[in-house]
Amino acid sequence: MFDWGLYNYWVVVFLMMTGLYVVVARGNLVKKIIGLNIFQVSVIMFYVSMGKVLGGTAPIEAEGFELFSNPLPHVLMLTAIVVGVATTAVALALVVRIHEAYGTIEEDEIREIEGEEHRS
Amino acid sequence: MMDALWNLIGDDLAALQIAMPLLTATVCILVRRPMLAWGVAMFNAWGAVVNASILLHRVLTTGTISYAEGGWPVPWGIELRIDLLNALVLLVVTCICAVVLTAAPRALAAEVPEDKHYLFYAAYLLCMTGLAGMTVTGDAFNIFVFLEISSLASYALISQGPSPRALTSALQYLMMGTIGGTFILLGIGMLYMVTGTLNIVDMANQLGAVGPNRTVLVGMAFICVGAGIKLAVFPLHVWLPNAYTYAPAVVTAFLAATATKVAYYVLVRFIYSIFQVNFAFEVNRLDAVLIPVGIAAMFVGSLVAIFQDDLKRMLAYSSVAQIGYMVLGLGLANEHGLTGGLVHVFNHALMKCGLFLVLACLLVRVGSTKLAAFAGLGRRMPLTFAAFVLGGLSLIGVPMTVGFVSKWYLVLGALDAGMWPVAVLILLSSLLAVIYIWRVVEVGYFRTAADDAPEVSEAPFSMLLPTWVLIGATVVFGVWTSLSVGVASAAARMLLGGAS
Repeated sequence: MFDWGLYNYWVVVFLMMTGLYVVVARGNLVKKIIGLNIFQVSVIMFYVSMGKVLGGTAPIEAEGFELFSNPLPHVLMLTAIVVGVATTAVALALVVRIHEAYGTIEEDEIREIEGEEHRS
Repeated sequence: MMDALWNLIGDDLAALQIAMPLLTATVCILVRRPMLAWGVAMFNAWGAVVNASILLHRVLTTGTISYAEGGWPVPWGIELRIDLLNALVLLVVTCICAVVLTAAPRALAAEVPEDKHYLFYAAYLLCMTGLAGMTVTGDAFNIFVFLEISSLASYALISQGPSPRALTSALQYLMMGTIGGTFILLGIGMLYMVTGTLNIVDMANQLGAVGPNRTVLVGMAFICVGAGIKLAVFPLHVWLPNAYTYAPAVVTAFLAATATKVAYYVLVRFIYSIFQVNFAFEVNRLDAVLIPVGIAAMFVGSLVAIFQDDLKRMLAYSSVAQIGYMVLGLGLANEHGLTGGLVHVFNHALMKCGLFLVLACLLVRVGSTKLAAFAGLGRRMPLTFAAFVLGGLSLIGVPMTVGFVSKWYLVLGALDAGMWPVAVLILLSSLLAVIYIWRVVEVGYFRTAADDAPEVSEAPFSMLLPTWVLIGATVVFGVWTSLSVGVASAAARMLLGGAS
C-alpha cells in the first residue's frame, strides 16, 4: 500500500535510486559526479525529514511555543553537506586531470585508450 | 618540566591522536620545504606511536578509557572511547603510519615531483587523522565524518601515482567509496531514528531495549554493505586492485595496511558492539552471509593473484583474499574465530605493508614491478629479496610466522563452530598462496637476468630498514604472541561477552 503520510521518504528513495542509476548508467564522468551528488542529497533529505516534527518550530525557547523540531539531525547534515562539497571538489579536480591526460571524459573512450596502452 | 607537561596533556592523549595530525598537516603546508615537512610529519607520526602505546598500556592496566570531548557530558557530547579492541587497532595504524613515513622520502623521489612532496605529507597526515579518528571515537556519526576525511585524503594520495591510470583508479575509488560512506550514513540515520542517540554505548543499550525491528534491520544492512565497500570484501572489491596498483608504492603500503583494517574495525564495532551477537547472528543469521563471502574472497583473490604479471596487482588481489580470512573470522562469531580475525588485522598489516615496501625498494632500484623485471634479483638485491620471501612465507602461513598464528586461530574457530569443511578450505586456500609466492621466488632466484639488464645495487638503507623492521616483526610476533594474540583474544571475549 502507498502511504501518503510517508511521502517524503518516497522522495528520498526516488532521489537515491535516480542518483545511483546515473552513477552506474552514464559514461560521462561529470554526469556520474552529478549522480553521486543527487545520491548524497537524498540522504540529507532523509535526515532532515527525520528531525522535523509536524507543527514544530525552530528549537528556540520562547513564550507560546511548546513543540519543537529536533535540531540534531539538521545540524548533522551541515557536516554531511560539507563532506558532499569536498567530495565533489576532489572528484572534479580528478576529472580535470583526467581530461588533461586522456583528452576526454567519456568513460568508454578512456577505457579504449587504456586498452591500447596495455597492448602496446 | 616533564611532569608539568604530563599533567597538561596526560588526560587528553586520546584527543591528541586526532588533533596532532590535523594540526601538523597544516604546518606541513605552511613550511613548504619537502624535508622540513617530512621532519614535522615524522615527529608527529612517531609521537602517535608512543601515544598509542601509552593508551594500550592504560587500557590493559586500568580498563576502558572514556574521554568527553570539550567537557560535554556523555552521551550528549561526543565521547572518545578506547577499549581493548580499538587500542590494538590504533597501535597497528600508528605504527604502520610511522614506519611507512620513514621510508617515504626515497620512495617518493622516484614517483612524485619534488615540489609536491610537502602536499603529499599533508594529505598523508590528514588520512592519518581520519583513520585515528574513526578508531578512537565513541560516536557513530563521528565515524562517518572521519571515514570521509580519511577517504578524501586517500583519493588525493592515490591520484599522485606516475601513470595516468592512477587518476581513473582514484576516481573509481571515489565513486565507490562515496557510495559506501553514504550507505553508512544512511544506516546510522536509521539507528538514530530508533534510538535517538549517536553514542555507541548508549545506542547499544537502547537497541537492546527496542528488540527486533525492521528499521534496525535495514540500518544494519546499509552499514554492512557500506563498510563492506570500504573494506573491499568480495564482491565489493573492484576498486581495490586498480587503486593499489597505480598509487605510489608508499601509498599502497600505507593504505593496504591501514585503510581496510580500520574499515574492518568499523564493521566489527557495529556488528558486535551495537547490534550485538544475539541480534546479528541469532535473529538475523548474518553469519550465513559473511562466512560464504569470506570463503569466496579467499579463493577468488588467491586464484586471480596467481595470474598477475604485475606484482603490485598480485599483492592487491592477495589482499582481497586476506580480507576474506578476516571476514570469515568475524562471521564465525566464536572466541577463537573472532580472535583469529582480529589478530589477522595486526598480522596482515605487518606482512602486507612489508611486502609492499619491498616493491617500493624495487621500484626505486629497478623501476618496474613487473614479474619479468625480477629475473636474477635474488642475487643482486639479496636483502630486499630475502624480505620478500619471508613476507611471502607469512602470507602462506608457514609456522613461526604471523600468518600461521592467525590461520591457526581461524581453523580452531571453524572447528569450534562445528564447520570442519571451512577449516579444510582455509588450508586449501593457503596452498594457493604458495603458488603465487613461488612464481616470484622462482624468477628471482633461479632465472638469470638478461645480458643487457642494467646494474642494480641493494636498496637504500633508509628504505631497507623500515622494510626489515616490519618483516622482522612478522617473525617476532609469529613466535612471541602474547601481545597480539593476548590483546586480540581479550578483545574478542569482551565483544562476545553479551552472548556467553
